[in-house]
Amino acid sequence: MTSAAIHSPPVAKASGAGQTIFQRNLRQFAANRLAMASVGVVLLFVLLAIFAPFIAPHDPNETDLFRRLQPPAWQAGGEWAYLLGCDALGRDILSRIIYGSRISIFIGAAVIFVATTVGIAAGLAAGYFRGWVDVAISRLVDILLSFPYLIFAIGLMAMMGPGLVNIILALAYKEWVIPCRVVRGETLATRELEYVEAARALGASSAHIMVKEILPNILSPVIVVSTIRIAHVIILEASLSFLGLGVQPPTASWGSMVADGRAFILGAWWVSTFPGLAILLLVLAINVASQGLRDAFDPRFQE
Amino acid sequence: MSHNENLLEVDGLRTVFDTSEGMVRAVDGVDVTVRRGECLGVVGESGSGKSVTFSSVMGLVRSPGRIESGSIRFEGRDLTRLSPREMRAIRGRDISMTMQDALTALNPALTVGEQLSEMLDAHDEDLPARGGARRRAIRDKSVEMLRLVGIPSPDSRLDQYPHEFSGGMRQRIMIAIALAPGPKLLIADEPTTALDVTIQAQVLELISEIRARLGMSVVLITHDLGVVAEHCDRVMVMYAGQVVEEGATVDVISNPQHPYTRGLLGSIPRLSLRGKPIRPIQGQVPNLVGLPPQCRFYSRCPDRTEACLQFVEMRNVGSDRRARCIALTQEEVA
Repeated sequence: MTSAAIHSPPVAKASGAGQTIFQRNLRQFAANRLAMASVGVVLLFVLLAIFAPFIAPHDPNETDLFRRLQPPAWQAGGEWAYLLGCDALGRDILSRIIYGSRISIFIGAAVIFVATTVGIAAGLAAGYFRGWVDVAISRLVDILLSFPYLIFAIGLMAMMGPGLVNIILALAYKEWVIPCRVVRGETLATRELEYVEAARALGASSAHIMVKEILPNILSPVIVVSTIRIAHVIILEASLSFLGLGVQPPTASWGSMVADGRAFILGAWWVSTFPGLAILLLVLAINVASQGLRDAFDPRFQE
Repeated sequence: MSHNENLLEVDGLRTVFDTSEGMVRAVDGVDVTVRRGECLGVVGESGSGKSVTFSSVMGLVRSPGRIESGSIRFEGRDLTRLSPREMRAIRGRDISMTMQDALTALNPALTVGEQLSEMLDAHDEDLPARGGARRRAIRDKSVEMLRLVGIPSPDSRLDQYPHEFSGGMRQRIMIAIALAPGPKLLIADEPTTALDVTIQAQVLELISEIRARLGMSVVLITHDLGVVAEHCDRVMVMYAGQVVEEGATVDVISNPQHPYTRGLLGSIPRLSLRGKPIRPIQGQVPNLVGLPPQCRFYSRCPDRTEACLQFVEMRNVGSDRRARCIALTQEEVA
């Protein structure tokens, strides 16, 4: 130990000073190995998506009729340059999966971003103001929840037509009710707490109370729910693409790749299987990671 | 601005709560006067309406409660007629309130410094308009406020969260936040209930000291007559939504006029009465739904008579002394 440390004044900062409950939870999350491995997988996919042009061995849309339904590299007739084989138009499946991750991750993140923003605003308003605001928002939420999600999204896509922005809108249209209900419930409980009353007694405005007093205290469950929902949204996007209502060809999307391989599933299993595995792996990783988040952030799961 | 020495004048305040069992008259015709620079003690058991009275003053009564009638004059302005926006400007800047439970009244997600500077940012008019100068001024003032309430090394503690402070410290911080904009009136709602006795004494001493230094008025809501005796100039005793006795603290304690006040004083353990049993007040506070118009203390009063079964108004019983008992003869006011 250096002499400076020995002679430091006795009023040295207490360990963990300035640490929020949020930071403490984050540290607990970091200690969960399985969850951290899942975060690693998710990050890997995110990196694939961002750097797709540098990582993908081939142009995802380049067709080569001589390589129609070429099997993966380790099977007879395969080539190491086309690791996971080729589809019916001779396009490299690995490259298409790498480019497809862009669509899945971008749509998943965009839908959750839009839905969480809208949901937080609506949920705060409903829970804080109560009365007719709450009735209006909560009934709207109930109505939206009464539709089957996928059928609702299919209907919207049929009305608006395909396209990236339209998929995001179609999914966010209903997705916001999930964070909205969480936020509303938490707000109802939090608005009755003494520190909110104290803020009112000290002249704080409604907007101030909602954003500065209530929101920071209810953020943890919202973050947990939102991460879990990203996985759902990715599956929904894949479902829409599978049905041909998603991103239009030739843009690579995991859902449409699975759909493309259906006709050859007995002879060329790899065309559907590898994009399907990609969906499985990403969704599983997100779910395990969000489970870890919940364990760390939900006081009921704390030791 | 009014020219008299009364900072707050509440007149005939009635606050009611509509419940499924009927209308609860939590505050039923209460008059309060708070003079500039004085400390008024408000005493009464749970449910006597003391907190509701001052929540009404702050405009913090929420549905199903409402102010049915009465006026609340602060520096001559009737607060019941102000718009929510005007009322918000008065809360905090002119009238501040500290909550009963210091352990839950601070926001756990914000640092103490953030909570203090929000108050200053919203209400302090002496600060530079904007930018870094304003931020520095707010920071300096925050440090000064924490020092005022006796928090050691305030500069570093500003960046800590409420859970890193002890209960007494948090109560001090609450007081610091309430005092930050320099209010004319501080309503301290049971500021010491969650604290142990030594800390209680420190916090009350602190409030008295700051009151003297800043020249503000304090309303101290408590059920501890000992606290009132030590810190308050005047005292107001409430029972079942009404004021039953008020006057200078010395007079009320040495010569209580209302049987309820006598009962309260009789139920305090004293060293001089060692060996004698404490005499508690028999019975319970009546249900506030559908009260008959008689004396509210009738069912528990040791001196009750037939005459008590009528409405009893406040009577003047000496200079600056009033009590609500039929047995007292109304004194002519000179």
